[in-house]
Amino acid sequence: MESKLGLDFKKVDYARSLAGKIATEVQTFVEQYTTVAVERTLCRLMGIDGVDANGVPLPNVVVDALMEKDVLGEGVLFFLGNAMIATGLCPQEIAEKVATGDIDLTKVVTTDRKRLMEVLQPTIDSSIERIRTRRQRREHYLETIGEGPKPYLYIIVATGNIYEDVVQAQAGARQGADVIAVIRTTGQSLLDYVPYGATTEGFGGTFATQENFRIMRKALDEVGEEQGRYIRLCNYCSGLCMPEIAIMGAFEGLDVMLNDALYGILFRDINMQRTLIDQYMSRIINGFAGVIINTGEDNYLTTADAVEAAHTVLASDLINEQLALMAGLKEEQMGLGHAFEMDPMLENGFLLELAQAQMTREIFPKATLKYMPPTKFMTGNIFRGHIQDALFNMVGIWTHQGIQLLGMPTEAIHTPFMSDRYLSIENAKYIFNNMKDIGEEMEFREGGICRTRAALVLDNSIRLLEEMVSEGLFTALEKGIFGDVKRPKTGGKGLAGVRMKKDNYFNPFIELMKGKR
Amino acid sequence: MSEGLYSMEAKDFDKTLNLTKIKPYGDTMNDGKVQLSFTLPVPCGAEAVEAAKQLLKEMGLNNPSVVYYKELTPGFTFFNCYGSCTHTVNYSSIYVPKVESNVMSMPDTDEYIRQHFGRKIVIVGASTGTDAHTVGIDAIMNMKGYAGHYGLERYDMIEAYNLGSQVPNEDFIAKGVELHADALIISQTVTQKDVHIQNLTNFIELMEAEGLRDKMICCCGGARITHELAQELGFDAGFGMNTYADDVASFIVQEMDKRGMK
Repeated sequence: MESKLGLDFKKVDYARSLAGKIATEVQTFVEQYTTVAVERTLCRLMGIDGVDANGVPLPNVVVDALMEKDVLGEGVLFFLGNAMIATGLCPQEIAEKVATGDIDLTKVVTTDRKRLMEVLQPTIDSSIERIRTRRQRREHYLETIGEGPKPYLYIIVATGNIYEDVVQAQAGARQGADVIAVIRTTGQSLLDYVPYGATTEGFGGTFATQENFRIMRKALDEVGEEQGRYIRLCNYCSGLCMPEIAIMGAFEGLDVMLNDALYGILFRDINMQRTLIDQYMSRIINGFAGVIINTGEDNYLTTADAVEAAHTVLASDLINEQLALMAGLKEEQMGLGHAFEMDPMLENGFLLELAQAQMTREIFPKATLKYMPPTKFMTGNIFRGHIQDALFNMVGIWTHQGIQLLGMPTEAIHTPFMSDRYLSIENAKYIFNNMKDIGEEMEFREGGICRTRAALVLDNSIRLLEEMVSEGLFTALEKGIFGDVKRPKTGGKGLAGVRMKKDNYFNPFIELMKGKR
Repeated sequence: MSEGLYSMEAKDFDKTLNLTKIKPYGDTMNDGKVQLSFTLPVPCGAEAVEAAKQLLKEMGLNNPSVVYYKELTPGFTFFNCYGSCTHTVNYSSIYVPKVESNVMSMPDTDEYIRQHFGRKIVIVGASTGTDAHTVGIDAIMNMKGYAGHYGLERYDMIEAYNLGSQVPNEDFIAKGVELHADALIISQTVTQKDVHIQNLTNFIELMEAEGLRDKMICCCGGARITHELAQELGFDAGFGMNTYADDVASFIVQEMDKRGMK
């Protein structure tokens, strides 16, 4: 491919190889550990669902019981398999008996791996089949009713009430949205469990629960069929329950998941070891389920300066890409993130944004890039905000972004009204149509502002990646390289839920999901 | 649209400014012109437009005019409207409580601290409760600051600790005690269903229960916070839109001096 920006692809290859080294080091660490969230995910994959008499999700009940005896490192499948052999019960029945205190998983007679696999295999196969069927359902829709052109128009709903969200989401889809993201209630990322059932109360968003996923999937299928266009559903595989949300999404047919390897560490102060282990399992599931993951580099620019820190976005995109590849995600499933976040008063800021967006496009040619709208400099002046969003949309169509997260004129005032979404979609559709082929018509002048900018950002990323190769990702995060946020390796939330894998540990889903399609 | 380009409306109202009876200004004093947009939960059509006009009249707007309407989804219609406001307010009798301090520049505040306290003062900040947004606290505290106003971290004479977001009030206060904070500052971004009011009230209650309320300056801030609201909730000051690190720093040091804190 020829670079419109005159990028030196040898440098790009070099940058990618550096990111590969950083990711490999992380991966070596990750593979030695499991977490409470990973083990709860395995419970769900074994068909355990529902809550106990106190409303505690049964996967938590089972995993907490093993944590109490400090044997989680042996893996939940080891204990569940043994209990199935000893009692003849299914995993759900066993979990219910753990909840009532009728079974102590650690006191069950143990057997060898071969025998365990025999008893577990039918449930494993049926879970895998359940996810595959869901994926095929999406593929069938895409083949029959089709989808909107890229960049996909992505909007959010955030009423707190799943039934009200449905009204907003269907309205948005009718106006032209291709992706509906149901924003989570504030604080859910720090819950070490996933709430159960349909919910109608949330702050600034709606709880991610499996039932809520199901309700919204059904609503979007309805409106998709009506509109003759498949509508994708997005939620958030981040926080302390990354892999659990992933499996719920895989079961219920979600299409897009926010699923960053580093976001939770930087912006939710979740322990870095915990998040890196959790992201691996969650991405394996997303990869198998055909889900597009979105990464959160745009957030760096809300805390750091968008001009000065542009190279950190590229460096992080490269690391996220390598970690995603290791989890078996295809490039097309990578919604690597970047953003239009420069101060609007900056002279020629548009050209710098354009250069960076084009650069990201060229460095990740197959990725379904996720492009974030201005948020930091949205002021409450809705009229200027609407124009800032228009400039953002111009860059989006010009540089062929994958998913355009539509900016709202009322950003920084309230979660979007129905009319805000309408205005934003109208803005994007107008510009995407009116400027459709501008990217093919325009060239970037040699030695001009755009080419110079792209080369500079790439060079700075390489310097940063080199530094990180010599220090390692953990140390880099401790030093505050991304988003100006410093995080200690043993600090943050969720470290207590990390365990080293012991002799009996096994998780057959990793190979099954990474290997098969 | 063409008849709207040149206004032919008779302007037979008093065109002199009267501060005891002010009303919105379009292009002529006292024309009362107001622009608004809203959605009604009704299907698009002549009845919907009439409903919008009647609503404008109920709002006290004369000559209601619907200039644009569009059905957003079946059963919901969006309107852009204009009208002339019939209500007035008495501007001359308005009193709004404000943060009573002189806003000083960063070097002046540093100098003020050197002269009055002779030591660095400690300010601890966070976005407490469930609020996950750091944008507000970062704007006030980060080295770089916001919109050209340097953050508290850049002040020579301020030791600033930004604890980030989703910090429980209990932990925030404990950290403040540990760091010997002179002032605690809280940012609140999420205000849906008044969650910020509950959280800020909880903070003040905890401070009072611990007997710490008088020992530290307590401020809160955010786009939906006003000084009046903050004082009602028991804070020393509240910082709303268009206030920056210099406003916060200036207030804190002058309030410390006023209270005789050393």
